Amino acid sequence: MSTRPPYNSADVQPPVSPVIEPGYTYASVTDKISGIVLTRPTSLGWVAGFALTFTLVMVLTVSVAWLLAKGVGIWGINVPVGWGFAIVNFVWWIGIGHAGTLISAILFLLNQQWRTSINRFAEAMTLFAVANAGLFPLLHTGRPWMAYYMFPYPSTMYLWPQFRSPLIWDVFAVSTYGTVSLLFWFVGLIPDLATLRDRAVKKPIQIVYGMLAMGWRGSARHWHRYQSAYLLLAGLATPLVLSVHTVVSFDFAIAIVPGWHTTIFPPYFVAGAIYSGFAMVLTIAIPLRKAYDLEDFITMRHLENMAKVMLATGLIVAYGYFYEYFMSIYSGQKFDLYLTKMRFHGPYSHFYYALILCNILTPQLLWIRRVRTNVLALFVMSLIINIGMWLERFVIVVISLTRDFMPSAWGRYSATFWDYATFAGTLGFFTMLLFLFVRVLPAISIAEMRELVAETSEDQK
Amino acid sequence: MEHRSHIYGVVAEFPTEHELIQAVEKTREAGYRRIEAYTPFPVEGLYEALALKRNNVPLITLIGGLTGGLGGFFFQLWVSAIAYPVNIGGRPLNSWPAFIPVTFELTVLGAALSAVFGMLALNGLPRPHHPLFNVNRFVRHATSDRFFLCIEARDPKFNLSESARFLKGLNAVHVDEVEDD
Repeated sequence: MSTRPPYNSADVQPPVSPVIEPGYTYASVTDKISGIVLTRPTSLGWVAGFALTFTLVMVLTVSVAWLLAKGVGIWGINVPVGWGFAIVNFVWWIGIGHAGTLISAILFLLNQQWRTSINRFAEAMTLFAVANAGLFPLLHTGRPWMAYYMFPYPSTMYLWPQFRSPLIWDVFAVSTYGTVSLLFWFVGLIPDLATLRDRAVKKPIQIVYGMLAMGWRGSARHWHRYQSAYLLLAGLATPLVLSVHTVVSFDFAIAIVPGWHTTIFPPYFVAGAIYSGFAMVLTIAIPLRKAYDLEDFITMRHLENMAKVMLATGLIVAYGYFYEYFMSIYSGQKFDLYLTKMRFHGPYSHFYYALILCNILTPQLLWIRRVRTNVLALFVMSLIINIGMWLERFVIVVISLTRDFMPSAWGRYSATFWDYATFAGTLGFFTMLLFLFVRVLPAISIAEMRELVAETSEDQK
Repeated sequence: MEHRSHIYGVVAEFPTEHELIQAVEKTREAGYRRIEAYTPFPVEGLYEALALKRNNVPLITLIGGLTGGLGGFFFQLWVSAIAYPVNIGGRPLNSWPAFIPVTFELTVLGAALSAVFGMLALNGLPRPHHPLFNVNRFVRHATSDRFFLCIEARDPKFNLSESARFLKGLNAVHVDEVEDD
C-alpha cells in the first residue's frame, strides 16, 4: 500500500469563486456599501419599481377595507373549505422568511463565510415576509380588531386562551419569530447605522441615523458584549426557526383530516420553508446585485451555494411527497388512499402535477454546474420554486378539505377576485418594503464585510 | 500631577488592527489601566490584549430564558387547570405535553429579549453623545477604516502631555486630545 502524504491544508484547492473579490480595503467596502444609501442618486428604476409596488399596496388597502366592510364572505371560502387562500398565503409567506434566519443564524454558527454579504437583506426579507404572513390569519379571523383575544390577558370575562390548541401555539410561535427576527436584524444593523451616522453629510440624516445607532462607537468592551449577544441570538434563532414551521405544520398535523394527520409534516414543512426561502433570496439577490453593482460582494459563489441548498432541501421535500404517497398505500387506510387518488385524478390534479413539475422535476437541473452558475437560469428557477411551494400549500389545504371523510361533506373551492387582489397586494407590500430597505439601510452588513476583508487578507498572507 | 477636568483623555489612531493590538499590549505594559480600544469591526485577539474578563450577557440571557420558560409553563398550567379549567371528556387538566410549544417559544423570547436589552444596558447604550465624538478624525474613521486607542483621564497614570507622547511613540498615525463636555 502506498503511504499517503500527511494532510496539509495548503494542498486543498480554494473554491473557484471567492466570497469577496480581491482588492477591497476597509475604506473601500465602507464607501461602496454606505454610498448606495448616502451618495448614490435615486435611480429612475427605483422610482418606477417603488411606484409599481406602491400601487399594489393600494390594492391591498382597498381589499382589506372591503373585507372589513363586508366580511370574509368576499373570499372564496365556505364550508367545507374554510381555509383557502388566507392560510395558503400565510404558510407560503412564513416559509419564505425561514431562509433569512437560516442564513443569519445557522450559517453563522457553522462559521460559513459566504453568509456575510447576503445575511442582511435575507433578514430584512424575513421580517417583511413575516409581516405579510401575520396579516393573513389576522384578516382570516373575520374580526381582526378582536385579535387580542388570542393573547392571554386578564379579561373581565375571566376567559383565557386554550393553550392546548395548535392555533394558539401558532400565535406564540409567529409573534416570537417576528420579535426575535427584528431583534437579530436590528442588533446586526447597529454598527452600520453608526457608520451611516458618521458618514452622512446632512444634519437631519445624521440625527436620524444617530438616534438609531444609539451612540455606538465601536468600543472594544461594547464589541465584546455585542458578539456574545449576537452569538446567543444566533443560537436561539436556530431552534426557533425549526420550531416555527413545526408549529405551523401542527396546525394541520394535529387535525384528523386525511392528508394532514401525518408525522412527516414538521420536518417536511421546515425543509419546504427553507427551500422556498432560498428561492426568494435568489429572486431578490440576482436583481439587487445587478442594479447596485454588487457582483463583487454577492459573487457566483453565493449564488451557487444557495442553489445547492435549494437542491438539497428540494430533495427532502421530494422525499416528503413520496413518503405521503407511500404511507397512504402502506397504511391501506381508505380515506388516505382516496385522498391520494384525488391528488392524482381529482378536480385539482392539475395543481398537483404543476407542483411536481415546479418543485421536484425542474430543480433537478441544479445538479448541472452550468445551470448553477448561470444567473438567468437561477433566477427563473427561483421563480419556479416559489410558485411550486405556493402550489404545495394549495394542494395541502384545498384537496384535503374538499375531500373529507363523508361524501356529503365534499365540495369545491375557487378563489375570488378579492383573494387574488389581497395576495397580489401582499406581494406588492413585500417588494415595496424591500425597495425602501435598500434605499435607506445598508443592504449588506458593512461591519461584517470589513471583518471578511480582514480574514481574506489574512488567508492570502 | 497635571489633571484638567475638561479633558476626557488622549486618543491615538492606527491604520491596522495588528498595530492596534501591539499598541494596546505596550500601553498595558506601561501600566495604563483605564484604556479602551475602538474598532470598526470586532477584532480577534483584542479582548485578550485588553485583558477583558468574561461578560455578563450570557448570564442575563440564561436568567431571561429560564424566566420566560418557567413563567410560561406555570402560567399555562395555572390558566388551564386552575383559572379556567375545561373538562373535555375527563382528560387531565395538567396536560403538560400540550404546553411545551408555548413554553419553548417563551423561553426563546425571554432569552432573546434579555440578550439584546442586557447587552445594550451593560454597554450603557443608548448614549447619543460621547466625548470621543468631539474628535473629528474619530468620527470620520472609527466606524469606517481606522483603529483607535484611548487613554482616559481617569487613569491614575494619566498625564496629558506625557500620555500623548507615549502614544506617539507607539507609531500612531495621529494623536488627539479628547475634550470632555
